[in-house]
Amino acid sequence: MAHDTHAATHHHTSMGLDSRKMAFWAFIGSECLLFGSLISTYLVYKGRSLVGPYPHEILNIPFTSFSTFDLLMSSLAMVLALAAVQRGDMKQGKLWLLVTALLGLVFLGGQFWEFSHFVHEGLGLTTNLFGSTFYVLTGTHGAHVTIGVIWLLTLWVQALRGKLGPANAMTVEITGLYWHFVDVVWIVIFTVVYLIQ
Amino acid sequence: MSEQGQAHATTGTYLRIAAILVMITLIEVGVFYVPAFQAVLVPVLLVLSAVKFTLVVMFYMHLKFDNKFFAFLFGGPLLLGLAVVVSLLFIFYGTVRLRTGS
Amino acid sequence: MKSWLTTTDHKRIGLLYFWTAFAFFLIGGLEALIIRAQLVRPEGIGVSAETFNQLFTMHGTTMVFLALMPLSAAFFNFIIPLQIGARDVAFPRLNAFSYWVFLLGGLFLNASFVAGPLFGAGQLSVAPDAGWFGYANLTSRQFSPGPNVDFWLLGLQILGIASLAAGFNFVVTILNMRAPGMRMLRLPPFTWMTLITQFLVITAFPVITVALVLLMFDRFFGTHFFLPSGGGDPILWQHLFWMFGHPEVYILILPAMGIVSEVLPTFSRKPLFGYTVVVYSGVVIAFLGWSVWAHHMFASGLGPIADSVFAGTTMLIAIPTGVKIFNWIGTLWGGQIRFTTALLFAVGFIAMFIIGGLSGVTHASAPTDLQQTDTYYVVAHIHYVLFGGTILGLFAGMYYWWPKMTGRLLSERLGKVHFWLTLIGMNLAFFPMHLSGLLGMPRRIYTYSPDLGVAGFNLVSTIGAFLVGIATLVFFWNLLRTRWQPVNAPANPWNGATLEWAIPSPPPVYNFTVIPTVANRLPLWQTERHGPMAPLPERPPAPIHVPGGSWWPMITAVGLPIMAIGALSHFLPVVLAGAVVAIVGIYGWAFEPFEM
Repeated sequence: MAHDTHAATHHHTSMGLDSRKMAFWAFIGSECLLFGSLISTYLVYKGRSLVGPYPHEILNIPFTSFSTFDLLMSSLAMVLALAAVQRGDMKQGKLWLLVTALLGLVFLGGQFWEFSHFVHEGLGLTTNLFGSTFYVLTGTHGAHVTIGVIWLLTLWVQALRGKLGPANAMTVEITGLYWHFVDVVWIVIFTVVYLIQ
Repeated sequence: MSEQGQAHATTGTYLRIAAILVMITLIEVGVFYVPAFQAVLVPVLLVLSAVKFTLVVMFYMHLKFDNKFFAFLFGGPLLLGLAVVVSLLFIFYGTVRLRTGS
Repeated sequence: MKSWLTTTDHKRIGLLYFWTAFAFFLIGGLEALIIRAQLVRPEGIGVSAETFNQLFTMHGTTMVFLALMPLSAAFFNFIIPLQIGARDVAFPRLNAFSYWVFLLGGLFLNASFVAGPLFGAGQLSVAPDAGWFGYANLTSRQFSPGPNVDFWLLGLQILGIASLAAGFNFVVTILNMRAPGMRMLRLPPFTWMTLITQFLVITAFPVITVALVLLMFDRFFGTHFFLPSGGGDPILWQHLFWMFGHPEVYILILPAMGIVSEVLPTFSRKPLFGYTVVVYSGVVIAFLGWSVWAHHMFASGLGPIADSVFAGTTMLIAIPTGVKIFNWIGTLWGGQIRFTTALLFAVGFIAMFIIGGLSGVTHASAPTDLQQTDTYYVVAHIHYVLFGGTILGLFAGMYYWWPKMTGRLLSERLGKVHFWLTLIGMNLAFFPMHLSGLLGMPRRIYTYSPDLGVAGFNLVSTIGAFLVGIATLVFFWNLLRTRWQPVNAPANPWNGATLEWAIPSPPPVYNFTVIPTVANRLPLWQTERHGPMAPLPERPPAPIHVPGGSWWPMITAVGLPIMAIGALSHFLPVVLAGAVVAIVGIYGWAFEPFEM
């Protein structure tokens, strides 16, 4: 992360591209298959639950729309953080990094509330196929958000200690790639799981 | 060597994209609640979702301005993942029909 | 000792991969010999059915994940940076991490053989026993209540992390660390096949990761992803497994194809015939490799449309594969062939792989496949492609590159004994399996009736298997001999054309005194178009900074088996302790100054 092989950035590379960024794009490509498999499992088992609660009885669209809005705004905060770090404005950079992380936390809080509400309504992990596929898919996404929040807070602490500057813009950019990817996965989940019932 | 790119997108662009994303989300939710749309709900929602996905990837992840190779590293597996989802759905609904004889 | 534990040098990591994977290869081979001893005659009573299940499961799992893939990885590590003219891989610490995760994952899996008493069971009773593709619902808690399948799924999950990390590392290394002038279509074919392999790794492994996570939820948390009792479908496991599993067989074979594409030109003194076609057919194979997974599942009743589609795509793969075979034969044609051991193995690869490829095409036809599924015919096929193909290819690579890796020449005389024993042994072992399979012998049975009429074939198979065992010991002796009775190797003992031969054997820690500039595909050869490149200076003209070692990759890796042990014993604090170790490792890693 913060100081990891940033030496590589001023090395010659044969494609003229940063090695870490290239590795990270490959990682994101790989993650497409991970979420692709999870979404396939969700869709294959759609409508095959033997007992309720069923999706339309329990999913709360207004609430999840707010979570979606929250995550979209966090992506906006992330690009603003990156732009600030790139132009060396660490005051703004710190602010937007923190805002991104906090919006991530709000999302996680919402997910926690949603899960406990569902359990209360009778939808546990093992209740039916909908419960199993729903919790594993959205839970995997939530785990990604959690890692992202920890990562962002780590960068924010580094920035507070004055150890993050324009020289580390690539680190912030890669963090951003991760964060936006987690956001686009949610865009897909929101449609496939919540809106198309 | 932080790649070319970022210069092309400004704070204004970022804000405009955010506004579009929020609007599309509102439309999605709106469409969901309008009974008249039920018949075409699925395709409309899929298209809107794809538009949001593309906007984030192109502008927030800078793929529009960045090196095309990154687009390949991401797009190749993405299409593969999509193909996996679609073909599994075809196969699965096919075999289920076969087994239940319906 | 410390320098090996903390090493980030791709050459040392390559050697570590080699010896570790070779040890697992011997263990997997021993399991195979016990299986063959059991089946030597009808109604064999050497081992119980339960032990037999563990033996064939661990034989398959070990050979695929702990022997063949990491033996290829040994060459990726050692040879790729040399072939592209680099000082190391793109992420040296990530490379060390991959190795330690692989080692610990392999030890974790094999610990299952002796872990029985910890679970209140006997020795040899808790090793994985549901087959190497672990079909649902054999793997369910109901039918496999012990820790056997837990060892398998947690072990594979760990190994997947090693493969994925190496996958990202080598994709970036090959694309981004090439010497000046080393354009993509000047890359040596082994490097090309490795690149394609790594793309398969980073796309296929996430799928098995998901499948194993779902299985873990079924076994640990009571979900019904693969259990019909809760509406789940065992067939979904088959789809997810083979969506990974078929690309996986190309992950196993493409590196061997790359090795052969290096060995044949060198010992024929001819450039690889149709280099670009070989490269592109590798790409096509990988692409098609993703579109054929359901041919493993014809017997599950996919319906006529899916059957036809997957039969068609499977047959299509024969085209790029056939193209490669013609190119290899074209390379030999009219060449000044030197019959070294490496060349013999490479030619053996071509012949054996053709047999395995042809029997593969027979399963592509769904009606024929129904006759063959779960019989020894399939066992014959997989061994012709993975032993006759991958292992012969890897042996070719070992004879070819051992002098580069250690600075010592292997004995050609012992090598030829090794080759002929292996070739005769494998054909005796595996060819009769086609026949016993067509006569109706199911795979994975621990004993069979004399009335089945396959006793003779099984006797021959067992004799062949033991010949292969003896051959492997000859090879092992040959390896050890290079330590005890060394014959030093020159920089370029075979007159190879690629960059790894431009530097001393074994290479100095910095690899190249100066990074070479590459002007063509065969930089060390005199051809009609160009002369050999100028030799590199013997001493570096300027000091070369070599990164020091790091403990963090190993510490991070250690966290993973601790988490797995916690899961295995259903004891959450151990899982959390493992997670803490891994997190400490990651933070130590991220904040450690490490200059390349």
